[in-house]
Amino acid sequence: MAEPDSQPALSRDEVAHVAKLALLDLTEEEIDLFTVQLGSVIETAHDMNNLDLEGVQPTHHPLGLTNVVREDVVRPSIDRAEVLSQAPDVEDDRFKVPPALGED
Amino acid sequence: MSVAKPAAFGDATAIAALVASGDRTAAAVVDDHLARIAEHEGDVHAFNLVMADDARSAAAAVDEAIAAGETPGRLAGVPVAIKDNMCTRGVPTTCSSKILEGWEPPYTATVVDRLVAEGAIPVGKTNLDEFAMGSSTENSAFGATKNPYDLDKVPGGSSGGSAAAVAAGFAPASLGSDTGGSIRQPASLCGVVGVKPTYGAVSRYGLIAFGSSLDQIGPFTTTVGDAALLYEVIAGDDPLDSTASPQPALPVSSKLDAGVDGLRVGIITEMAGDVIEGISGDVLARLRAAADALAAAGAVVDEVSVPSTVYGLPAYYMVAPAEASSNLARFDGVRYGLRADGTNTAAMNMASRTAGFGPEVKRRIMLGTYALSAGYRDAFYGKAQQIRTKITEDFDSAYENFDVLLSPASPSTAFALGDKTADPLTMYLNDVCTIPSNLSGHPAMSVPFGVGDDGLPIGVQVLAPMLGEVVMFQVAAELERAGA
Repeated sequence: MAEPDSQPALSRDEVAHVAKLALLDLTEEEIDLFTVQLGSVIETAHDMNNLDLEGVQPTHHPLGLTNVVREDVVRPSIDRAEVLSQAPDVEDDRFKVPPALGED
Repeated sequence: MSVAKPAAFGDATAIAALVASGDRTAAAVVDDHLARIAEHEGDVHAFNLVMADDARSAAAAVDEAIAAGETPGRLAGVPVAIKDNMCTRGVPTTCSSKILEGWEPPYTATVVDRLVAEGAIPVGKTNLDEFAMGSSTENSAFGATKNPYDLDKVPGGSSGGSAAAVAAGFAPASLGSDTGGSIRQPASLCGVVGVKPTYGAVSRYGLIAFGSSLDQIGPFTTTVGDAALLYEVIAGDDPLDSTASPQPALPVSSKLDAGVDGLRVGIITEMAGDVIEGISGDVLARLRAAADALAAAGAVVDEVSVPSTVYGLPAYYMVAPAEASSNLARFDGVRYGLRADGTNTAAMNMASRTAGFGPEVKRRIMLGTYALSAGYRDAFYGKAQQIRTKITEDFDSAYENFDVLLSPASPSTAFALGDKTADPLTMYLNDVCTIPSNLSGHPAMSVPFGVGDDGLPIGVQVLAPMLGEVVMFQVAAELERAGA
């Protein structure tokens, strides 16, 4: 990922694209600001290239636990009415949302 | 101006003893603390919510149980403050975010259940940087918390409200969460004890996730003994958290009086002023003083290099945002929290997230989404995960020759409100000494050890190997004796 110093770490277009992926509707000003701010963090991240990591296994989780299971027994779970009471919109014991398809 | 008064009505151990023996009622203890909160909370803003009525009812129940001859819990009548990213059933839990404002969780975090089962009394939900992302508590959607030692300064973060609540004497103990230093750095800045246990030693069930492979809950207290007591209450296996370590709480109180004679203590070279820049002179002086105190008590003190820790910061700012971007995908306006208008589901999702998240949370989500996106994943996220392995290996090598390690907890004393908000990277540097322990999963804690040139508190960080909490608390207790 070595890049010439003159090239910014992150382009404005990339920021706008990532915002869309992250379901965030940023203003033009926010895109400008984030391009600079996130760019400087990503520049710092390039420091990681100074370390020889050839053959080093990645750590996904500090304890390395696998296949944590419990006995397959029925037990009480969280109350449905209590959960639904916190939802923005509900119909017939279900979460209600605007139509999946429709004008943007 | 200072409104600091740690343990204003006694520390947790003392309060529990008085309440258990019937010399003082839980109701009186709670009233004392609520009165102090009423007097100074306007200045400090440690809380998002003060649970006055709930606390009084809980105190009455504790008093009735004791009067009825029931065995008092280990924390009978002890007021505790809970960081507002831990779920409390029927009590608003906001993460200091507009996206969760008004949400009442349908379940309670395991740690809160365990405190309450021992007679502790939650008195409020404490302020934090939104979703625990920050080092000053200025990123809260509900306003900044102030440092009780100097109301013009930050308390640190992200658990700034929990640290400030203990420093101000609003409660003798509180809970925080630590993803990159969010317990230890505010503990240092507020002059209280703050513990990040080994990853998985404490259940995360009911802790609203930020970086799931990094997050850990731990206590703030005014004494090392109280921190050990809270640790023993909250730690241990939990079937509701499949990432919790499958073993009981470690007996961390057992060696508090054992001293440090013969223990091998290593000062981390990279954090002792030689490699990582920006650690202030007064902080380094207190680190040296702590090392000298341990040597005087019989410890064998030397320096040790943990070379890859200097890569902790860049690695963390890939791993933590990546996990956050994934964890915070659940906030979409469908099942809970804020919903903004949209003509279709996708538009509603985006409008809700855009209206609900503050600037720092948006930055982290963006950074994480970028680090995980096609073409960049190996260069950023993958490399950062390899660095986690390197840091863990370097720590493990150091622990072949040392029982514990020592470093600053924070590069400086409390800084002025507004001082570091303009440039995120400047703020991120506050976590340079604490981040490596989250990446490796090792336990670490901050112990108050004197003050800086400005008269504000400084903490020294004690680090220990995986599940090495017993020796970590043992050394911390010696520092407490030496610092007193």
